[in-house]
Amino acid sequence: MPAANRPLTLKRVLNTPAIAITLYAAIVGLICFVSYTGAQNMGYNWQWYQVPKYLYRFTDDGFQAGEILTGLWATIVLSVSSFALALLLGLGVALLRLSGLLVGKGVAVGYLEFIRNIPLLVLLYLFYYVLGPVFGLDRWTAAMLTLAVFHSALISEIFRAGINSVPVGQWEAAASIGMSRAQAYHYIILPQSIRIMLPPLTGEVVHLIKSSAIVSVIAVAELTTVGRNIISDTYMSFEIWFTVAAVYLVLTLILSFGVSAVERRFQPET
Amino acid sequence: MSKEPIIVAQGIGKSFGDFKALTDVSLTVHKGERVVVCGPSGSGKSTLIRCFNGLENHDTGHLTIDGAELYEDAPHIRQLRQDVGMVFQQFNLFPHLTVLENLIIGPMKVRKLSRAQAETTARKYLERVRIPEQAEKRPAQLSGGQQQRVAIARALCMEPRVMLFDEPTSSLDPEMIGEVLDVMVELAQTGMTMVVVTHEMGFARKVADKMVFMEVGRIVEISPPETFFTNPASARARMFLDQILEH
Repeated sequence: MPAANRPLTLKRVLNTPAIAITLYAAIVGLICFVSYTGAQNMGYNWQWYQVPKYLYRFTDDGFQAGEILTGLWATIVLSVSSFALALLLGLGVALLRLSGLLVGKGVAVGYLEFIRNIPLLVLLYLFYYVLGPVFGLDRWTAAMLTLAVFHSALISEIFRAGINSVPVGQWEAAASIGMSRAQAYHYIILPQSIRIMLPPLTGEVVHLIKSSAIVSVIAVAELTTVGRNIISDTYMSFEIWFTVAAVYLVLTLILSFGVSAVERRFQPET
Repeated sequence: MSKEPIIVAQGIGKSFGDFKALTDVSLTVHKGERVVVCGPSGSGKSTLIRCFNGLENHDTGHLTIDGAELYEDAPHIRQLRQDVGMVFQQFNLFPHLTVLENLIIGPMKVRKLSRAQAETTARKYLERVRIPEQAEKRPAQLSGGQQQRVAIARALCMEPRVMLFDEPTSSLDPEMIGEVLDVMVELAQTGMTMVVVTHEMGFARKVADKMVFMEVGRIVEISPPETFFTNPASARARMFLDQILEH
């Protein structure tokens, strides 16, 4: 049916570019207006001009990262090291669960249920206030271990699903040419599961970066802690929390775009 | 043909839960012999040859491959599988590797050959299955018949002493069956010991030294092909042959 003859539905009207853009601008404008007037009414004193110096400064020595960028770097280092450890732990747990050994499966399921059913904040307290003194962990190590352990539970499920998605015939073919289980995993199964595991793993990195903010409660000097410290000095809570949120957003968006580029490379050629 | 036995199954049984897939199956395959196993679906043909390379473990009876008793022990079974090639109904090529990589990964990682040695062997067998020009392609870029020929070459690259075929043409389009069977006939002519589960009776007539007919997990009849196709001993085999040959 030609487009002109189709009945004019509400959906079609709302989807015309001009109306859609106008509506979108109106909604965003309304949110900004409400925030701004809300702040005005409580007599909030906006000091956006103060914010850039917390991001970066140019001094006689040239470019210098401000507190927020330093905090961002700490967040990145914390997230990357936790994620690397979470990958190792997650793979270990997934392999235990798939090992066919009752003990392996028992240990893996016990670990998963324990981790998944404890709030992240309580897990952090366990690592910092209980295991910390026992094993002499500093706050940075306790934070990293907490994030790694917490996320390893979900990651192991991602690994398990990815490994199980490879048809059983691949195992049999690998076995039929004399490969051991370890060789089959290494050369045949894992390379094929990576493509399936990449999207949910990306989601998990983003999730980890966001949950890393929680370690500010034990005063690890990352992005959120830095934001809180600046506010306690300057009382610019609106500007700083908006900025911190934007920095997290930029970080995770860059990551998502980067990974979708990598994913395209892993698509099988046909 | 030497009369040395290479596969000896004595009274083997296998159950999946309550289902008895194999009951008291005894069969001897000699070196250089070509055995074709046929029978209606669900008769245990596939289970039987999967036992021959340890993809299934038999529950009862004895199974020896080239004089070594097969028992459930990973390193032992791995050792044995290097000498027993297997071709599957669904090809089971490794989709993330090129054709050449599919062929050399076993020799390199399991037999520990150098890449150069493995490649020489691989190209020889690709030539043998008549697709040397496809070496750099991925399995998904090949037709079903070509994929199955690659799978045969992959098994041959391990230089096995026995080749097992589990319904190698059953998932192929009709026009591709011939090219796979041709390769198998040529392989038979080289003197390779072969155990083939198939419904291709033309192929069986051409190459089989021994026909095995199975039904509900038991071997009903073992005959030379000339007897089997003209005057089978069992009524059940005669019925089966009538059903599949009238088409």
